[in-house]
Amino acid sequence: MSPKKIVLRFPPQIVDRPLISTLVKDYDLMISIVKANINPYKEGSMVVELTGDPDNYNQGLDFLRDQGVRVEDLSEDIVRIMDRCTHCGACTSSCPTGALFISRPSMEVILDDEKCVVCGVCLKTCPVKAIEVNFNGKN
Amino acid sequence: MGVHRTYAEINDKIKSGKVVVVTAEEIIEMVEQKGVEQVASEVDIVTTGTFGPMCSSGAFFNFGHPSPRIKMHKVWMNGVPAYTGIAAVDAYLGVNELPEYDPLNSNYPGEFRYGGGHVIEDLVAGKSIKFEATGYGTDCYPRKKIETYINLDDINEATLFNPRNAYQNYNVAVNVSDKKIYTYMGTLKPKMGNAHYCSAGQLSPLLNDPYYRTIGIGTRIFLGGGVGYVAWHGTQHSPCGPRGENGVPLGGAGTLSVIGDLKQMKHQWLRGTSFLGYGSTLTVGIGIPIPILNEEMVRFTAVKDEDIFAPVVDYSYDYPNANGKSLGMVSYAQLKAGVIEVGGKEIPTAPLSSYVKAREIAGTLKQWIQKGQFLLGEPVQTLPSSDSEIKIKGLQEKQNF
Repeated sequence: MSPKKIVLRFPPQIVDRPLISTLVKDYDLMISIVKANINPYKEGSMVVELTGDPDNYNQGLDFLRDQGVRVEDLSEDIVRIMDRCTHCGACTSSCPTGALFISRPSMEVILDDEKCVVCGVCLKTCPVKAIEVNFNGKN
Repeated sequence: MGVHRTYAEINDKIKSGKVVVVTAEEIIEMVEQKGVEQVASEVDIVTTGTFGPMCSSGAFFNFGHPSPRIKMHKVWMNGVPAYTGIAAVDAYLGVNELPEYDPLNSNYPGEFRYGGGHVIEDLVAGKSIKFEATGYGTDCYPRKKIETYINLDDINEATLFNPRNAYQNYNVAVNVSDKKIYTYMGTLKPKMGNAHYCSAGQLSPLLNDPYYRTIGIGTRIFLGGGVGYVAWHGTQHSPCGPRGENGVPLGGAGTLSVIGDLKQMKHQWLRGTSFLGYGSTLTVGIGIPIPILNEEMVRFTAVKDEDIFAPVVDYSYDYPNANGKSLGMVSYAQLKAGVIEVGGKEIPTAPLSSYVKAREIAGTLKQWIQKGQFLLGEPVQTLPSSDSEIKIKGLQEKQNF
């Protein structure tokens, strides 16, 4: 199965349980933590990329749900910080889908959300770091 | 006979509010409609602009003395080291400088998210930065360490002094190898998958005054959103290379060294910049007014993208090995249209220099002059030009003195 990104939300009562390690040990899933915010006695959240056998994947997620974890599909958005963007255009040649492009003749850089597949290449190529990614509506 | 103006005459017109200023974009159409002679009689000044990464940049600071005094031997500004081989509490921060903890390219390609250019942007934005210095202690400067926080208002002088800016034309970078490369010209895809260029073309200062007839030492300029001056010709100034019939160099040529008070600049026009796998730098906004002293200056400033050509250079082998090869010439009109053709292959292009912001700078400078806020500075000396016999030397490896 190809890697899949999901968002896990942990209620305060269960943030101290060893849940992720169970996914590895008992369900043989490979886990890459994209982003995590876990604190004692507070609701925690984690963006993870899971890879593994499809049956194990579904059973692993069922296990998390049984423990009280909310499992959501990841929706990511690429956002441009307009007062940082200089319209230099450097991002446009590395954007694989043409979502970032130069409008001619004004030479302004445009981001077409419809074409964006949130691959994240622009996050690193933008020389002035004017691009950010939002996970499920949150920065 | 034709038109002849002096700097003093133009400055009088600025003071009386009668000056006629157009941008280097606007003059193109004017000349097409009215001809050189007519435009020369109407227009006093043409404004230019450029906003691109300019690596040879940095700032001098005087931090003031703490009590007891210190001779600063090492200085860090937000963790970025500054050069202290000058007087006790003076230092120079280069925009390419990186914190000692930066993993550089050991985690290839390095991200270089924060460097000297970012420190300068933060200071100009009014932010406080962490300041650390150590000294070895002398009888007159006994202190050995200081840690504090400073902002631009706290310190005595902050002078932007850039040894090489505003390159007159530049290479178009491609990658002929079969793997992706990370360069100061951005990320280049294998097998000439993209081409990056870095000039404002028809708006760029030195492309509008190709022989430096009016841009010289003392020329007053828009620098980083404030007022600055041309201090000298820039490092690697190379005015004697090949030129087109219009006098415009066919590759990187002249450069400028510029100076100005950092305290009156704006962070929008001095932007810390990171190139993946290469390093950090500063994107600098520069605008230069070109006085229309005569008809020749109209012809120069009316230069169009289609008449400015740049060499396409391979950055996977030819450039690193300094073998001087070019894969062909393309015009800025082609580059800006988005596709160039090299050796029968169509290559998509992307700029690193913002044409949008270059236009904004030329427009801002035009407004300053029209409002009487900005007078022309007459150069006290012109820059070495195509008759200077300057040759750019490579560094030779020798075994002894």
